[in-house]
Parts: sequence; C-alpha cells; structure tokens
Amino acid sequence: MNKSDSVRPPVLALRGVSKSFGAVRALRDVSLELHAGEAHALAGENGAGKSTLIKTLAGVHRPDVGEVLLNGEPVVFHGPKDARDAGIAVIYQEPTLFPDLTIAENIFMGRQPRRSLGRIDHRAVRRTTGELMRRLGVSLDADRLARGLSIADQQIVEIAKALSFDARVLIMDEPTAALTGSEVARLFSVVEALRAEGAAVLFISHRLEEIFSLCQRVTTLRDGRWISSEPVAGLTEDDLVRRMVGRDLDELYPKQQTTIGQVALSVRRLTREGVFRDVSFEVRRGEIVALAGLVGAGRTEVAQAVFGVDRADAGEVRVDGRALPPASPTAAMDAGLALVPEDRRQRGLVMEMSIERNIGLTGLGSLGRGGLVRRALERGRAADWAARLQLKYNRLSDSVEVLSGGNQQKVVLAKWLATKPSVLIVDEPTRGIDVGTKAEVHRALSALAADGLAVLMISSDLPEVLGMADRVLVMHEGLLVAEIPRSEATEESVMAAATGRNTHSGRAA
Amino acid sequence: MTTTLQTPAPPGASERSSRSLVDTVFRAREISIAGALVLLVLGTWLTNHRFLSEQGTKDLMLNASILVLLAVGQSVVVITRNIDLSVGSVVGLSAFACGTFVSDTDRNAVLVLLLGMGIGAVCGLVNGFLVSFGRVPALVVTLGTLYIIQGIDHWWAHGEQINASEVPEGVLDLGSGSVIGLPYLSLIAAAVLVAVAYYLRSYRSGRELYAIGSNPDAARLAGVPIRRRVLTAYVLCGTIAGFAGALWLARFGTVVADNAHGWELTVVSAVVVGGVAIVGGVGTVWGAALGAMLLTTIGSALVVLKVDPFWEDAITGALLLAAITADRIVNVRMTRALRKRSARHGHGA
Amino acid sequence: MAMAPEPTGPAAGEAAPIAFEWSRLLRWDVAVGILLVAVFATGAGSTSDFASSSNLSFALNDIAEVGLIALPMTLLVVAGQIDLSVASMLGLASSLVGQLWDAGWTFETIVPVVLVVGVLGGLLNGWLVTSVGLPSLAVTIGTLTLFRGLASVVLGTEAVTQFPATYTDWVREDVPGTFVPYPIALFAVVAVVTAVVLHATGVGRSLYAIGSQEDAAFFAGIRVRRIKLVLFAVSGLFAAFAGIVYTLRYGSARADNGLGLEMVVIASVLLGGVDFNGGRGTLGGAVAGLLLIGILKNLLTLNDVTNEVQVIVTGLLLVLSVLTPRLVESVTTRRQSRALRAGDAPTPPPPSPRPGLSTRTG
Ligand SMILES: Nc1ncnc2c1ncn2[C@@H]1O[C@H](COP(=O)(O)OP(=O)(O)OP(=O)(O)O)[C@@H](O)[C@H]1O
Ligand SMILES: [Mg+2]
Repeated sequence: MNKSDSVRPPVLALRGVSKSFGAVRALRDVSLELHAGEAHALAGENGAGKSTLIKTLAGVHRPDVGEVLLNGEPVVFHGPKDARDAGIAVIYQEPTLFPDLTIAENIFMGRQPRRSLGRIDHRAVRRTTGELMRRLGVSLDADRLARGLSIADQQIVEIAKALSFDARVLIMDEPTAALTGSEVARLFSVVEALRAEGAAVLFISHRLEEIFSLCQRVTTLRDGRWISSEPVAGLTEDDLVRRMVGRDLDELYPKQQTTIGQVALSVRRLTREGVFRDVSFEVRRGEIVALAGLVGAGRTEVAQAVFGVDRADAGEVRVDGRALPPASPTAAMDAGLALVPEDRRQRGLVMEMSIERNIGLTGLGSLGRGGLVRRALERGRAADWAARLQLKYNRLSDSVEVLSGGNQQKVVLAKWLATKPSVLIVDEPTRGIDVGTKAEVHRALSALAADGLAVLMISSDLPEVLGMADRVLVMHEGLLVAEIPRSEATEESVMAAATGRNTHSGRAA
Repeated sequence: MTTTLQTPAPPGASERSSRSLVDTVFRAREISIAGALVLLVLGTWLTNHRFLSEQGTKDLMLNASILVLLAVGQSVVVITRNIDLSVGSVVGLSAFACGTFVSDTDRNAVLVLLLGMGIGAVCGLVNGFLVSFGRVPALVVTLGTLYIIQGIDHWWAHGEQINASEVPEGVLDLGSGSVIGLPYLSLIAAAVLVAVAYYLRSYRSGRELYAIGSNPDAARLAGVPIRRRVLTAYVLCGTIAGFAGALWLARFGTVVADNAHGWELTVVSAVVVGGVAIVGGVGTVWGAALGAMLLTTIGSALVVLKVDPFWEDAITGALLLAAITADRIVNVRMTRALRKRSARHGHGA
Repeated sequence: MAMAPEPTGPAAGEAAPIAFEWSRLLRWDVAVGILLVAVFATGAGSTSDFASSSNLSFALNDIAEVGLIALPMTLLVVAGQIDLSVASMLGLASSLVGQLWDAGWTFETIVPVVLVVGVLGGLLNGWLVTSVGLPSLAVTIGTLTLFRGLASVVLGTEAVTQFPATYTDWVREDVPGTFVPYPIALFAVVAVVTAVVLHATGVGRSLYAIGSQEDAAFFAGIRVRRIKLVLFAVSGLFAAFAGIVYTLRYGSARADNGLGLEMVVIASVLLGGVDFNGGRGTLGGAVAGLLLIGILKNLLTLNDVTNEVQVIVTGLLLVLSVLTPRLVESVTTRRQSRALRAGDAPTPPPPSPRPGLSTRTG
C-alpha cells in the first residue's frame, strides 16, 4: 500500500450502517472503506450479514441508519441502476440470469452496444461476449441459452457480466463457490489486472486461502457487527477463523472410525444415454464414499438417476438388497434413500415456503394419522433439526427465502436427515458454507456414518474428499474411471484419474 | 487448505454442430406451426379448389387479420410474464365507440382509427398502471377490467346496433378494399407485426421485456425499469386492441356491444399455440401470428369442407390440442437427440 | 445420533412476541371475508327482502354450480394449474343428460354415466398436462372448445325439458328446517372436506409445494404427476356433477348451458386471494370470494340494478380486492422504514419459542 492511497478518500465506503429485516438485525453500525487498487475481503459466518452489506453498496437495500459514501461524498442509491452508473459492478451470491436469453444477452442486458437509430448491434454484442470469454479462458458459446447451464458456468457468466463494463469498484459475493481450481486461478488473474488498473475490489469467500492469496485487507463481521478491519499480511488462518467464529475452531475433518457393514447401496451398470455410461459401485453401511471428478463429469446426473428423478436408460439400483423401481423418487425414499441436491434454490427448497414446512415436506406421511398433518409434529420436527444443525433463523414460520445461503443449505440437510435415511447422497454439501458450519456438517456426516448410515458424497472440494472419504470414486467424462481406497487417495492420484490422465486401480473405461 | 480439482483447458470443439441444432430446436415451434398451416391449406384445397380461389384467399386473409393483430399485442404482454384478458372487451368497446362516432356522418377513416387507438390506449394504460404500479396479479386485474369495460360497453350500447348503412364509404372501403389481391386489413396487420417483431428484437427496451418475463428479480438487479416497461407493454397491447376494434367496424360495418365477446381466450390460445410461453420470456410475435392464422384457417377450412356445423367446435378443439401436442413431442424428441449428440461429441454432460 | 455439540436452539433466531399481528388483517382472504360481512350487513339493513330465508335460499342456490366447480379449482390453482374447460364440461354433461333422458334411460343410470364422462374429460386434461407436458392453460383452452363442441354434437341446438319432479325438487328444495338448498348443503360438506385436505393434510402441503416450486416438490419425493392427474379428474367430475345440478335446477338440458361460467369460477377463486401463480391462497378465501360475488349479485338485482352495472361492479370488486391490500401494505411499510431511518430501530423482541402456534395458514 503506498502512502498516497490513504490520503485519497475511499472510492466507496459505508459509515455506521445498520439494516434490519423485521426483527433480524442483519447489519449493526458497520463501517467499511474500499480503496482504489486494493482488494478487500469480507469474512464472516453464514448469516453474518455479508450479502446484506453488499446489497447495500449495490443500491438493492437502503440502509436504515448510516450512509454510503462515493469518493468521500454521501450518496443515495435509489436502485441497482444508480450504483451501476456510479461504476460499481456486482456479482451476487445467487446467479441472477435470464434462463430464456442467450449468454450474450444476459451479459449486456440494458447496456447493449447500439448502432444507428438506437438499434442493438447484435454482432458487437456477440463479439464482445466472445472476447470476454476468451479473457476468462472459457469456451462458452455466446449464443447458448442460459437455461441448463451448470452452476459453475452460470457463475462465469456473472463474472463476465461484471467485467463487461469498466468498473471502478468490483464487488464479488462468493464468486468462487462453484468454480474449479483453474477457473478460480483465471478469475484471480483477471481481478489482479483490474486492480492494477486502479479498481477497488470487495471479495467474499468461505475459502480462507483465497482471501489470503487475493486480498490486502480483510474486514470481519459477526452477527451483523463489525469485528475488525486489518491488513491480511501478518494474519494467520486461525486468527481469521477466531474473529469470524468468536472461539477456536475444532477440527475441520473430524473423521470418526467406523465399522463398515453390509452393502446398503449397490448400483450396477447404470447408464443414461449421452450423460454417463456403465456406472457400477457399492456403498456400505458406515462408509463415506466420495464421488470425485471435474465439474460436468456426470456425477450429479448419476446421483439423480440413482434417486430416480432422472430415468436411467439401463442398469439397476438396489438399496439393502431390494431393487428400486426406475424413475420413482418416492419409492427411493421409501427404501431409505435421501438426496441433498446440488441446486438448493431450485431443487432443494421451496423458497417461498416456511422453514418448518420445507423440513416437513419429506415426511408428510409421518406427521400425523390418516394423511393429516399435525402442526405440532411438523414444528417439532423442524425445531429439533434446526437446533441440531444450529440453524440461524428468526421464526420457523419465516420463508426460507430470507435465510442466508449457508443456512438454507442447513435446511436442506435437515429436511433429508429428518427422514432417517439408510443411504444419504449429498451433492456438494458444503458449497457456500462457512468454515465453522462446514466442520459441523462434516461432523454430522461422520456421526451419521458411525451410526451405520451409508453416505455417498459428491464434492469438488478435494481436501474435503480426502479428509472425509473412506473410498474415492472418480468419474471422467461420464465414466467411472477409478476407485481409490482412503490409504492411497492423494491429491495427485484423484486429480490424475479425474483428468483422465491415467486410470488407477479398479475399473477401467 | 482448499484446493479444487483442476480442469484442463476445456476443449473448444463440438460447439458449432450442437449450436445449429439448438437453433433448430428453438425455431421448431414457428416451423412446425407454419408446416401445419401449409398442410391444412393444401389439404383443404385438394378437397375443394374454391378454398384458394381469389375470393377464398382474400377471405382467409381477412379473417386472420384482426386475430393476428390481437395476438401480436397479447404476445408483448405475455412475454413479460403478464396477461391481458380485457382485449376482447376493448375491441368491443372500441368498435362500438367508433361506430357511434361515424354513424351517419362522413368522417375520415384515419380519424376513426385514431379514435380506436386512443380508446385502446386508455384501457391499456389503466391495465398497465394497475399491474405495474399497483403490483397486483395481471390475471385478476385484467379479468376485472374485462368485466368493467364490457359492462360500460353494454350499458352505453343499451342493446342498440350500428348498421353498415350508417357507416361512411371511406371506412367500409378500408375493411374490404385491397391492392394486388392483398386486403388493406392484412397489409396493416402485417405492417404492425413486422414493426413489433423488429422492435422486440432490435431495441434495448424490447429485449428488456424478455428479461422481465424470464427472471423479474434479475431484471431488477440489472437495472431494468420494470414498471415502465410493463406499462408500455400494456399500452401497446391496448392500443393494438383498440385499433383492431376500429378495423372491426371497417370490416363488418355492423356492430353491437357484444362484438369480440369471449375473444380473450381465442387470442390467448393463438399466442400459446404460437409458442409464446405463458410464463414469460419465450416466444416471438411471428409465432403468435402464425398461431392466430392457424386458428382462423381451421375455422374457414371446416366451412369449406362442409363439416356439419355441430361438429365445428369439437374439431377445432381437437386440432388445437393435436397441434400443441405434436409440437411438444417434436420438441422433446429433439432436445433428447441433442443431449445424446452433444455427449458423443466429447466432454461429459 | 449426536449432531451438534450443544443444541442451543435458534442461535440468532428469536421468535416474535405473541402479539396480535396487524399484518394478518391485511391478508387478502381475510379482507374479502370482512367485505363479505360488510356487504351482508348493509344488504340486511337497507333492502327489506334481502335477509329473508326465501331470498337467501334463492341466492345461495344460484351459486351452487359455480361453488361446486370452484372447490377443485382452488386446489388446482394452488398447485399452479388451471382448468378452463369446466363450463364446457358442464355443458357436455347437460346435453348428455338431455340426450340420454330423451332416449329413455333412467336417471339412476344417467348420473353415473355422466360422471364417468366428467372424469374421463378431466383425465384427458390431466394426461396432456402431466404426460405430454403441456401448460394447463393451453390444454384447457383446447378442451374448452372440444367439450363445448361435443356438447353440440350430442344435442345440437335442441333443449330437453321434461324432467321428473322427484329429481328437480331435490335440487330446488331446502334441507328441512333451514334455508339451505340441498346442493348448497352438499357444497358445504365438500367445502369442509376440501379445506381439510388443503390445509391439514400432506396432500395439501404437497399442492402448495408443487404450486410454488415444482422441481423442489419432485425432488422431495412428492408424486407430482399423480397428484395433478387426480386433481384434473376431480375437477372434471365436479364439473359434470354441476352440469347435472344445473340441468335439473333450470329444468332444461342444452348444449350451451353455463357458457362462459369458467370466468365466474376463476373470478371467485382469484377474488378470494388464491394466487394464480400457485403456492398461495386459502380455501376460506375462495369460498368468501364466491359468496361475495353471489350475494352482491343478488343484492343488486333486488335493488333493480341492471345487469350491465352488475358486471361493472363485479369487475371493480376484483380490481379493488387485489389493489386495496397492496396499497395498505405499501403505506405501512413506507411508514415503518421512515421510522427506522429516523433512527429508532426496533429492539429485538424477547425470545419466546412457541411450538405449535402457527401464524401462517397459507
Ligand atoms: N430480505 C430479507 N428479509 C429478511 N431477512 C433477511 C433478508 N436478507 C437477509 N436476511 C437475514 O439477514 C441475515 C444476514 O444475511 P446475509 O445474507 O447478509 O448473510 P451472509 O453473511 O451473506 O451469509 P452467507 O455466507 O450464508 O451467504 C440473515 O440472518 C438473513 O436471514
Ligand atoms: Mg451471502
């Protein structure tokens, strides 16, 4: 940091900002300064108020108390457009794409380059999109519809959108949660370049090492309160965690020793034409099996076919020795299967329903007699699981929409754990979840396995895979290419299989 | 502490081929309706050549014109994830108002059209204002204004009727005249269609209508002035409906308060058959216009084929269902083919 | 299964105090209910014949068919579907009754046959929606035309009129000792059953889930297709039954019976605050909306208000019913946020967990 920077007023700042939603006080007297040429991290647990802070800067929320300062002058943003016009680019936590429009249109909506008579220059739109994609080092087709893009690709479009205008301030709310390592690396180099050109950057991530590698300063929030703002240099990860959580953290991968029992889930020669082929594996009671692979290798699709939401073209799924009828999630549930899906907003939760009803949704038959639902049982079930997973909420009757991302994920977990499954499939269970909660989720999975649950865990987080799994299955381009026991699983062996560089022990393609 | 799996530089191949297929899938709607329309016309013509005689063709075009206009207006609203059920009433009111206006005078046709558009614009403004600024569900509000406008119309007309003999020549000419075999009415409808289609495709505000329908929250974050755009869509739809009312007078000469009663559902079905998704964000006015033409042509064909009039509705309904079913099946098939094909081309899902 | 080390309950989550929630009054369905009472009171006060039992019996019976159809319609709309073909099914049922009666069938055989036709029609709708995957609005606009067409195929433009008094009386007479006609008594029973299904059973919960996010409902193991199919079948069944009631009540079977009635049904359901986009609304609201339209119509007729004006009033009612709650809401939130901005942020309410006490019905 050179001296002149601190003399100039911050490009964008918050002073004494408070914001409440009903009884929830999301921000209390928070201040923050973003300087040109500086990358600033925002750390905090799920629900600490990070996204609320960002939305305040972006003009989505207006602060109840306090003010937003632009170049040292107080401003009032009446909407996202005002903030954008002031040169503030925002990547929101949840992708905000138009599913029916092309990627190019998504990026330039409302800002399309124009030619004579105010007409849109479609060719320029497409060309600029291509350039952006090249800059990000990805090969997404500008003319492709946004519908059906993987979460990672959606995030890339969001990033391209933010980069598409020369922002003085770039704000990113967990942009890396769904990205692979190389995509993150490329994003960081682009951000670095922008920063070198004098942009101010605000960055949120639950992956602490990303904060350390990208940012110069970090501000920590806890329960909506400002805790600290300090240079990253000289801080350790443990320091940061302590500021976020308010105590020392227990072990991140609390893997318990378990006795491995009978085969609980057995998948044989499962095939879905054009998506994955000839996938066979088994998961035993007490075992955590990780399904690793690159984003797009077909892992989510396998999980969905096993659970029956997608129809498999061939193959067989057995739970506790009984074959499941094809394409019936209901039958799969009855057999003791549970699936925590990857996309919690579309598939995991009914967003406008209350917390208790979401948790109750998987047990409608068991909440009363004769198909009736008893409110007390429904609420009891929800309260029980909310407490066990330490959910942060205002009232159980609030819609899950207002929960923070990580807390939404906990509701999905609660909803499925409440069915007391014998086989639990979790798809990216800790995506977007803070370190403290991550440890809790891991402890929960480990405890469940110790109790005899069979767990199949899809994860792109390699340390999580290595830390939690008894066995690692690796997929590559729709094929199961390797099966690696815990003792042999290393970053190198998993990566090698996932990129198709060699086929390790076990089944070859 | 956390490292994620590394992707190798993604292969850039295979995109061209799957893209052209994507295009085909999403154009399939327009193409398959156009195909159905051609088949219907040809089939009928083979049975009865008079179907495509000069007069027959002209009738076909005339019959379709007003519905095409209404479908174009309706699509603009439906694209924004809204609906305007009041169009039938607006046509009725506008036609009657225009009729009263010209009755036993020799007022200029242009004046009549302007009057119709003015009435429609006011109705559209009311609808749009309620939906966008009142933030109330479009279906309920426009069902309400359907009743209100219809009530006003009936109350005003009081069972009276305006006859062709009272309508000035100039106005009637507009409804029946033609150049080189193309009726004015159809030319007007085509012009409106092209203009609206071009607007939706090539102007920021036009694209923003799609954005609003596709994901309103995202549209808000992208700084789209949602209320203003929705209001505009309604005003446009209303204006077109009012315009259509004036043309109705020109075409039929005789108007009663009940004109276009119940047309709202016909218009909506034309739009839906034409591939404009009722949930917004998808579809083109071209498709909607084709849908409208298909519906009116079915009607005309049944008459020419001398189908027992008691069977007419049943056959129309069955064909309507067959059309959307066939289209849907084709679409699903192609999407599936696309999935298999894209996978064969390389990287997994 | 020990999960969290110390289950401390909602960490940052403090339950709201048990206080009367003014916002509940702003709810649409409640507002319509209040309006209904107000209209009734005004009517009873100002119009002499209005509250007489004979008039109430008449007014109630006039909404019998719409009411019977509106019940399954409410479920459909909550599940994000719509059935526009109901009035046409009513017409089809009516012409079948007429034609079969003419052909000398007994009523005991006609009724089941007609009801089966209703179910089949509903299944056709349901099949097109669930198996083919078409939007219900599009499908039922199609079957609206189809069923009405079949009605005219069956009966043409004829009218069949001579029905035996034993049957016509059944639909015209009151339950002894009350002013409630039999069809309305039946409606009441079905309404209670429907309310229980919607608000207190797993199926009801599923309907809300399907209506607001079908994907999530499917992923939660809810049999989305089957539920929808059954709903459409039930809707067809009730429409056909309403057709029988209609025919007997007017003593006339015609193909164009109940033309356009679907709009009245939809209007009452939506007036009662059931969200057309699915996932929101209550059966009580729908019934209130239905009664409001029925009673208002009766009141206006008694006061010699012309039909045109009645139509206008219905329309205004629809618009106002959705507009008023929004206006009140926006005024209150604006006042609230102004208060907050002024600096007196509310103190968080004291924690008071209260299991089993829900403030949401919808
Ligand atoms: N629109 C809203 N209405 C009500 N409460 C809200 C709303 N938005 C956020 N909240 C609440 O405010 C608090 C802060 O939420 P926020 O989304 O800012 O958390 P976060 O720090 O971004 O968490 P995460 O890491 O999980 O994304 C949470 O308790 C959340 O439930
Ligand atoms: Mg957040």
